[in-house]
Amino acid sequence: MSEPATERADNDSTPLLEVRDLIVHHGQLRALDRVSLRVFPGEVYAIIGANGAGKSTLLRTIAGLHRPTDGAILYDGKDMTKVRPERRATGGIVMVPEGRRLFGSLTVEENLKVGATYARKGPWTIERVYEIFAWMKDRRTQRTAQLSGGEQQSVAIGRALVANPRVLLLDELSLGLAPVIVQRIYAMLPQILSTGLTVLLVEQDVSQALRVASHIQCLLEGHTTLEGRPSEVTAEQVEAAYFGLSPAAAEGSEALWHGSTPSSRAS
Amino acid sequence: MAWVNAVIQGILTGGLYALFACGLSLMFGVMKVVNLAHGDLAVIGAYVALGVITVTHIPALWSFVIVVPIMAVLGYGLQRTLIQAALDRGVLITLLVTFGLSVVIESGLLQFINADSHSLGVGESIITGSFSIGSQIQIPYLLLLIFAVAVVVLLGLQYFLSLSRYGRMIRAVADDQEAAQLSGIDYRHVFGIAAAIAFGTVALAGIAYGMYSQFSPTTGTDTILLFAFAAVVIGGLGSLWGTLLGGIVLGVAQQIGAQINQADQVLAGYIVFLLVLALRPQGLTARRAQS
Repeated sequence: MSEPATERADNDSTPLLEVRDLIVHHGQLRALDRVSLRVFPGEVYAIIGANGAGKSTLLRTIAGLHRPTDGAILYDGKDMTKVRPERRATGGIVMVPEGRRLFGSLTVEENLKVGATYARKGPWTIERVYEIFAWMKDRRTQRTAQLSGGEQQSVAIGRALVANPRVLLLDELSLGLAPVIVQRIYAMLPQILSTGLTVLLVEQDVSQALRVASHIQCLLEGHTTLEGRPSEVTAEQVEAAYFGLSPAAAEGSEALWHGSTPSSRAS
Repeated sequence: MAWVNAVIQGILTGGLYALFACGLSLMFGVMKVVNLAHGDLAVIGAYVALGVITVTHIPALWSFVIVVPIMAVLGYGLQRTLIQAALDRGVLITLLVTFGLSVVIESGLLQFINADSHSLGVGESIITGSFSIGSQIQIPYLLLLIFAVAVVVLLGLQYFLSLSRYGRMIRAVADDQEAAQLSGIDYRHVFGIAAAIAFGTVALAGIAYGMYSQFSPTTGTDTILLFAFAAVVIGGLGSLWGTLLGGIVLGVAQQIGAQINQADQVLAGYIVFLLVLALRPQGLTARRAQS
């Protein structure tokens, strides 16, 4: 495989997380077909795409919950492809899973404590989470089943943060939540990023993703159809990449790629 | 007065049944393992106690100090190897594997020890005596002690699960293994811990039964496992205190059955068990998964 980094204009930093030619199967179905990406420290990297495009599969594979057929996942220069999910979490790759997946019989605080069980050293503590989600402290003894969807999502984010991740994987934060709640949760992102985190997120809500991301990558049926900075891509290109329409509308653009090598990352 | 006596004896026997059941309930609650070898493992605990007593001459009552750790280590080992390998292949395989384990243990005991009945002699001590209330109610100290042990074990387990770090991890893993992994928890290790605890209680159940009655290689399946299942189902699957209630209901039903006709003792227990299954299949304590 060619090393795309050599094509980059700014070679001053190395990717914190790199995915190389990842192939993942769900039974017979090829859910991801040679998907690559490179996430640099401090970035908010958004994967967009329609239902079934392979976004969540990509994130879950990075978290270690799926075993890839081929390809490699590198974290901080080290090959993580065969590392167990719990070791990736303690190593600093922490995911907020789709559907929140809180521990339903545990209280809010117990959920956070579980998240902090094998935490790395870092700025995030349960107290700090209570600071950014002000309502949470008063309701810390409630079971999470009694919380609203948005509150549950906040607890899920808190549970991931207290582990002090270096890379935070956010899988479909907006799923099943009212738009106003989604906005409120995404409004938290700058506070979270200010502690030096890198975020890789999957989002079906394209406008939301374009708003928060410093880099986007669009998947369609397991392939990368577009990637670039939000400022570099046009709405038409995104639409074409998202739905798999003819790319004619976007002809001549440097940002539209029908391959999988993330070589457009020159800045 | 005879009926009051039957109820009191039933309640106290219920403690023993709860001790049978709590390991079964814990293994099911945490890793969804229906351990068909549960009773046979309790019998192994009793045989190990017998061996320990024979070799070291420590009093039967104190044999648990050695037997419980041995069984806990066995539990962790079995869970991390055989049972985990079965779990990775599905629920049905797990059921078959524990059934196979049960057969192997029973046959092994028959082959390498013998079919004789044994008991753990408590010897001459206050524990073999009993005290009486009025003229008709006789309460053996041993049964009272076993009941107290059951309550202490359940209280301890409750305390451990709700307040300790490992208890919290066990509950988290029981809720959602994958989410626990994402928090850096190796659920297989946590399963091992839960199995170690369950096997520890199984050892206590075996010792208690060995002091209370006689055991042989087949006691595991024909008595302990069945009573444990009945107690768990009556009380409600996965609930610790339901297990005690289930044990007590089973014990009382049996004693009342025996009061009616000595031969109907076991039958009466199963009639109540069937009634609960038919009328209230979620068990008497209709709580969600054990917390």
